[in-house]
Amino acid sequence: MDFLRRGFLTLSLLAALGAVSPLSAEPDSIVVASTTSTEQSGLFKHILPLFKQKTGIEVKVVALGTGQALDAARRGDADVVLVHDRLAEDKFVAEGSGKNRQDVMYNDFVLIGPKDDPAGIRGTGVEDAFRKIAAAKAPFVSRGDRSGTHSAELRSWKESGVDLAAVRGDWYRDVGQGMGPALNTASSLGAYILADRGTWLSFKNRGDLTILVEGDPRLFNPYGVMLVNPDKHPNVKVKEGQAFIDWLVSPEGQKAIADYKINGEQLFFPSAKKG
Amino acid sequence: MSQTLQETFARLWTLDRDVLAIAWLSLRVSLTAVGIGLLLGVPLGALIAVARFPGRDALVGLLNTFMGLPPVIVGLILYLALSRSGPLGALGLLFTPTAMVAAQAVLATPLVAALTRQVIADAEAHLGEQLRSLRLSAPRRAGVLIYDARFSLFTAALAAFGRAISEIGAVLVVGGNIDGHTRTMTTAISLETQKGDLSLALALGAVLMSLVLAVNAAAAFLRGHAVKAYG
Repeated sequence: MDFLRRGFLTLSLLAALGAVSPLSAEPDSIVVASTTSTEQSGLFKHILPLFKQKTGIEVKVVALGTGQALDAARRGDADVVLVHDRLAEDKFVAEGSGKNRQDVMYNDFVLIGPKDDPAGIRGTGVEDAFRKIAAAKAPFVSRGDRSGTHSAELRSWKESGVDLAAVRGDWYRDVGQGMGPALNTASSLGAYILADRGTWLSFKNRGDLTILVEGDPRLFNPYGVMLVNPDKHPNVKVKEGQAFIDWLVSPEGQKAIADYKINGEQLFFPSAKKG
Repeated sequence: MSQTLQETFARLWTLDRDVLAIAWLSLRVSLTAVGIGLLLGVPLGALIAVARFPGRDALVGLLNTFMGLPPVIVGLILYLALSRSGPLGALGLLFTPTAMVAAQAVLATPLVAALTRQVIADAEAHLGEQLRSLRLSAPRRAGVLIYDARFSLFTAALAAFGRAISEIGAVLVVGGNIDGHTRTMTTAISLETQKGDLSLALALGAVLMSLVLAVNAAAAFLRGHAVKAYG
């Protein structure tokens, strides 16, 4: 029985050590709910160390789709939200979940497809391209995850006059996943897909895919930042969260964003209003 | 395929300190969860094996079913409980390693309990009558049988470790895959796959498998040592 007692004691000790040691919370840290595009493009890895160096505040990024990120913030599980779906953001602020939305940066969406372009959309405008894809019933991969990119895609179908509910069939693949997995699927199917330029530039498994439509003003993709409303969730770290927002829109933060490049190509363009 | 594999091997040599930190976190979280699982599951499983009470068969069935708990469901339930708007929100544990330990412990405990129950039930088939004739209480009999079957319980611990270290559903939901904080081997592999960096994902997979192999080898060594010393 001595063996048992000793075993029990040792295990308890180990479990206590393992469980308690990660509990020692870092002094200054905030949780930012953001999008898969900002995380997977590598932007945060570039700018967060600069912010930490200046302020000592550690930023923990939870990367979700825009819809999910806003929902997590509604439950009080984040201090700051950085997302890209203007309509959803305005609703978030209007309902009192968030405060003081500010422009941070923008990039753009690109319409991607197989090099041989079966629907013949290369070089056309966005609306033409979506109409042609629907008419040809060419394979198209949709995020289907309530993300900002998903919202933009649905808006594009609508503006192109395509009634998605009526025409969708086997050619329209709703994968319900982040930008990367959706690109992986498009790459293996040789399908068309709407992607944000940042994730596309950092995406490696391209296969036969290439950019077919870009530069249309309708593809503009703005990102906004806001503080989760501390009146609703008293646990929100107002001081640290606001410090991060202030830094993002400051000349220094804006420069850090502009400086992030992949293969010499800039991914995000600062857009904070001055003053 | 072969090109991806070649790249994988090349990148194994260039894995940096970040990867070591991630591997260490995975190991720490899963081993702690297994420790908790053993503390709770071994006594529970042994008691169920030796005690006779109404509803015992149903409890055994339930326990065996819980071995198949989907990690993502465990993660989701724990997420809702630990969320700031949830009943345990005040603890502020969401998106921390502690939350990941809790989730994996929930997965490990029924597995340990179910496997222990089987091992102890088998041991009881040999020794049970003798023990009952000594008029020992159920907890005492359970204790004696755990001691008797102690080396067989290594397998339960290893099975629980395997379940914990390889799952992604629970740690992703309650941990949030935060870089440098709650990123584990499995969530890192998933992230690299999503980014389309398949060779790096495979290289990380090789690291994870080596980790599991090392733990199993260590367990086998310990077991051999223990058998010699105490067997």
